[in-house]
Amino acid sequence: MRFGPNEEQAALRTAIREMLAEHANAARAAYSRPDSRLWERMTGELGLTAVGVPEEYGGTGANFTDVAFVQEELGRALAPVPFFSSVVLATRVLLESGDAGILLPDMVAGKVLATAALVEAAGDWTFAELSTTARPDGDRWILNGEKHFVTDGTTADVLLVLAHAPQGPTLFAVRVAARVAMDALDATRPLSTVILRGSYGDLVGPPGGALPVLDRALRAASIALACEQAGGAAACLDMAVAYAKTREQFGRPIGSFQAIKHLLADVLVDNESASAAALYAAWALDHAPGEAPALANLCQAFNSDAYVAAAKANIQVHGGIGFTWEHDAHLHLRRAISARALLGPPEAHRERIADRILSAPTGESR
Amino acid sequence: MDLASTPRTEAFRCGVRRFLAEHLPPGWRGLGALSVAERARFTPRWRETLREHGYLGVAWPEEYGGAGLSTLEQSALQEEFVRAGVPLLPLPTDPFGFSLIGPTILRWGTEEQKRHFIPRILSGEHRWVQGYSEPDAGSDLFALRTSARLVDDAWVVNGQKVWQTAGDSANWIFVLARTEPSAARARGLSLLLVPIEQPGVEVRPIRTLTGEAEFCEVFFTDARTDAGHVVGARGDGAKVALTLLGYERGAASGALYAGYRVELERLIELIRSRGLDADAGVRRRLAWCWSKVEILRVLGLKTLASVQAGATPGPESSILKLYAAEYHARITELALDLLGSDAMVRSGDPGAAKIGVDPLGTPNSPSAWQHAFLTARAGTIYGGSSQIQRTTLGEQVLGLPREPRPEGGRT
Repeated sequence: MRFGPNEEQAALRTAIREMLAEHANAARAAYSRPDSRLWERMTGELGLTAVGVPEEYGGTGANFTDVAFVQEELGRALAPVPFFSSVVLATRVLLESGDAGILLPDMVAGKVLATAALVEAAGDWTFAELSTTARPDGDRWILNGEKHFVTDGTTADVLLVLAHAPQGPTLFAVRVAARVAMDALDATRPLSTVILRGSYGDLVGPPGGALPVLDRALRAASIALACEQAGGAAACLDMAVAYAKTREQFGRPIGSFQAIKHLLADVLVDNESASAAALYAAWALDHAPGEAPALANLCQAFNSDAYVAAAKANIQVHGGIGFTWEHDAHLHLRRAISARALLGPPEAHRERIADRILSAPTGESR
Repeated sequence: MDLASTPRTEAFRCGVRRFLAEHLPPGWRGLGALSVAERARFTPRWRETLREHGYLGVAWPEEYGGAGLSTLEQSALQEEFVRAGVPLLPLPTDPFGFSLIGPTILRWGTEEQKRHFIPRILSGEHRWVQGYSEPDAGSDLFALRTSARLVDDAWVVNGQKVWQTAGDSANWIFVLARTEPSAARARGLSLLLVPIEQPGVEVRPIRTLTGEAEFCEVFFTDARTDAGHVVGARGDGAKVALTLLGYERGAASGALYAGYRVELERLIELIRSRGLDADAGVRRRLAWCWSKVEILRVLGLKTLASVQAGATPGPESSILKLYAAEYHARITELALDLLGSDAMVRSGDPGAAKIGVDPLGTPNSPSAWQHAFLTARAGTIYGGSSQIQRTTLGEQVLGLPREPRPEGGRT
């Protein structure tokens, strides 16, 4: 286990940071005129579509810690790019389905952008009641229903759709379907509704076998999102500390007051916890797979709360300027509160942890 | 920072497990399962067994009777002992001898001091307590007033120290005292080694909120100690006393984690036995506790990795202290919530109470959890209160400006 980046990871991190600095206005632009050039450059110049993907599909190798460091960096800058949708979520679904060969090479090459359309209007990540259906039609399948909260759903070339087939929940690759942009609270991660009205889909993975595939894929996605959240929380703390050092009231910097200092110290403790937990979980996914399911729930629940807390503290420390539209503090709060809901609320993740602990034999609650 | 669990460490861990399997009494269920009387019989015998097999003073160089273990090995050793529910530092005074004054003497002491004091810590002849806090110098430690002046060939000590854990069984105390009255605050202090068994030293028990006397206070009235019993240079006491606290926290994080795991298992049993395992609120709070303990493990691994990479533990160690103390206050409160109305009544075997996390085998009774809940209040105060830790983190890790001190009294 390594707690810092290796040389290659550090180099990539620096390159991402430099490119993001050149597109410093990208997050804010997402609220008016999105900057598609950033992702083109990240794909073309930095090769981010290959990160963490096994070499047989043209990737840099199956090392999830690589993904972790990229996500942390993108989260720090609120980068409005579809890395999570395509390189994490869709890629993990494909890898776990056993059918990665049909799409992944094109995704790595930057020719295809994919995302996953899994939940419906109720936002239920247990997929207990799917209303979207699929029926066979020769070699292909015909899908009907609506999918909601689909990240980057409007710009994706391919949607990996979960639908109820006669054999049970099944995944399909859909290229043509109506998409309607949702008015996302966090515009840096666009959300769409996907409307399937007799849309054609191609089978991904075994018919009726979607749930175990998604269980594993969402494990990885939860960890990656937790890394992104840790990065966002770190950025909030950096902003708040920088401001508290320079802003003066009552004749001294506000950071010298214990009321501010102790608030930020608590954020520091949670941030250190969040970052260490997510990085360890990412490592465990490759090297200690037995620990990964619980750690995925752990860091998704913990980091969701930590990011929201850091974003709120940042606004509080900035005082009046912190609640203006012009200040970036609210961009993090919007991202934090949305990311917390993205893969199911912390309570749902904690419920899964409790389930594991309380169903384990005495003394083996790990 | 790489944390490699090396084959050498794993072999060492296996050796520890073998030792425990061979030497623990048959049917061993953990120290917590022993009555007070059984514990009093077991502890000194166990200490002798540890000494015979080289498990005392493991961090110390071999030339002074230690085992010269690496931080990683110490951590593994502590963890295995906690899991087995058996003490690595059996006497209540041992943590102060082995984790505080021993390393401090080895780092700052003269060769003569090392040859004299270190073997006596190992043998148990010298039983140590700390003498830092005073009634008017708690969080503001360097406001301390206990004084020492050199008269002929001896230090003459006057003043009062407070919060001595195990003070009733100690016979030596390391005292941070003001020796240079003209120097400002921290610069006027020296660390002195003072024998307790003399007319000028009086030890009185302090009854805490649990009803038991877990701490003492110590009064010095013209108490004397040899002029040579100063560790480090005169006036360097603050630096000498505080440098090694970080190292101790680094190696102890694995044991802390293992101890919290033992406690959490006991809480899970409590939840099951009271039929609360389907209660949604209880389930979430349990998951929260489990998460905090697992994160503590990861934070501990990270600390170990940086120590292993040669970093000197600095103010970041306040993260672990703050995190652990606040967590422990929360989980013990959850336990009392689970007890419902039984939380109001002392009932069941209280176990052999102590400060800190209860060892394996501690009874799962209302009395034992009540004791844990009450003592957890002390955990966020002693060893630097949570507020002091937050100030340390804010100023020394985040680099926030210091609170203005009156009269420019910088420490």
